[in-house]
Amino acid sequence: MIGLTHYLIVAALLFTIGICGIILNRKNIIVILMSVEIILLAVNINLVAFSSFLGDLTGQIFSLFILTVAAAEAAIGLAILVTYYRNRGSIAVEDINLMKG
Amino acid sequence: MTPLSYSIAHSLPEIILALGALALLMLGAFRAGKGDWIITEASIVVLGIALLSLFFQLGERALIWDDAFIDDHFARFMKALAIGGALLTLVLSREFMARARIDFFEFPVLVLLATLGMCMLISAQSLIALYLGLELMSLALYVIAAFDRDNVRASEAGLKYFVLGALSSGMLLYGASLIYGFAGTVSFTGISQALNGAPSLGVIFGLVFVMAGLAFKMSIVPFHMWTPDVYEGAPTPVTTFFATAAKVAAVAITVRIVITAFPNLQHEWRQIVVFVAILSMALGSFAAIGQTNIKRLMAYSSIGHMGFALVGLASGTEQGVMGVMIYMAIYVLMSIGTFAAILSMRVGDRYVENIADLAGLAKTNGLMAFVVAMMMFSLAGIPPLAGFFAKWYVFVAAINANLYFLAVIGMLTSVVAAFYYLRIVKIMYFDDSVRSFDRVNPEVTAVMATMGVFVVIFAAFPGPAIVQSAAAAAKSLF
Repeated sequence: MIGLTHYLIVAALLFTIGICGIILNRKNIIVILMSVEIILLAVNINLVAFSSFLGDLTGQIFSLFILTVAAAEAAIGLAILVTYYRNRGSIAVEDINLMKG
Repeated sequence: MTPLSYSIAHSLPEIILALGALALLMLGAFRAGKGDWIITEASIVVLGIALLSLFFQLGERALIWDDAFIDDHFARFMKALAIGGALLTLVLSREFMARARIDFFEFPVLVLLATLGMCMLISAQSLIALYLGLELMSLALYVIAAFDRDNVRASEAGLKYFVLGALSSGMLLYGASLIYGFAGTVSFTGISQALNGAPSLGVIFGLVFVMAGLAFKMSIVPFHMWTPDVYEGAPTPVTTFFATAAKVAAVAITVRIVITAFPNLQHEWRQIVVFVAILSMALGSFAAIGQTNIKRLMAYSSIGHMGFALVGLASGTEQGVMGVMIYMAIYVLMSIGTFAAILSMRVGDRYVENIADLAGLAKTNGLMAFVVAMMMFSLAGIPPLAGFFAKWYVFVAAINANLYFLAVIGMLTSVVAAFYYLRIVKIMYFDDSVRSFDRVNPEVTAVMATMGVFVVIFAAFPGPAIVQSAAAAAKSLF
């Protein structure tokens, strides 16, 4: 029988994969955008699982909001990436170094 | 169910901002290229009307839109700061944007939308409203950070801000999902009722993730990495907006969520707040010493100031919340004044940003040098200027809550920070002049002079009014 814990573990694993994808990734920024999407989907699994086990619809409504906002976020991220590529001619992570933080 | 008219009446500023932004977007699209400054002027008017409408909001507290949002004194105080910061940003932006040839009508519209997001965030009363307000604010801010799209530094700033911002909203959401699952509700009051007994580990995990996500937006150590780069790379008016309105909104929601949703977890969140406050104050003081770019210096300064503001929150009392609000109000005054001065550093068609460019300013432009000196003394917290009162209220609150250690560290770090503020004063008054700046718009000078006057006579003029309304506002949270 698959219980709430199993869903939470899957979501936690996906979340960790997403965070690692952002932090460990040295190649290119598209991978970072994909990692962000994985994080948001992990959150959605969490919310829908909780919503189903609590018998409360709020979590599913929350996840619908997250899906729409994630679409807008991806669009804006790609747009900024395109302007960056035009100026710099590269989208490699190690090239984002004009200013040292 | 609350009646619709009641909800509308209590969200008047948001509705004005939303309708204004949409109308100006249409107007700008149809006028395409013919005198885009009209849109900026109209946006200033819209922000002004929204600011005025705040003063017609009555009642102690009102839960609106099916308890998703709340309208109370705290929300009105913070919204006044955010809208005021946005308004002054637009006033300051005109000349800079025109000279950088990026005076497109989208900029004021995006500022309006970001301000709308901030107002929603400040009023949020449930996790869903919090997320939507935060994203509306952040999505607009990502775009204006990269607004100078032919400039490689600006687009790099936008990209860095986007990646780290998206990561932070992901962490905030993961925390929100855990809180929803273990408390069974998304409303802040519902969460505080559900957490009456011993809190479960899931909720504490959720709290930590939510605090991490909000710390990104406040640029608190250890989530501050984006701040110096974004402040340096983004166009200066955008940096002004980040340093004022965006900070106010992030601090407001942090205060609201820990005070109203987690009063029973005070022991847990106080540890987090004390820890990040100490780190931010220390990093803000030490890392700024070696900076040569004044926008980077202001970035580290803002990290330090957010640490000081959190000292008030760490106390967790009504007095502490009042201290945070006074701190934010004074911080907005000081930031606007300082950035107005930075926007006056123009040589020909080019804006310069190095601290060395200020050398000998006292001889070439006495008024500006005096205002900058007052801003620096105030940022350092020297009495009787405004910055001293800001620090006074948060430290008194911390001492009354028996956080002596935190208050002592705060005072020591503010002494260290005074070093780099005073160095700027020394450069302006005692170094030899290399170049003089060209004259800027009277509106920039007017904003700079007004903020200078407010900072100097704070104890007499806006001070008592701010303290009084902050006291009333802090009471509405408890």
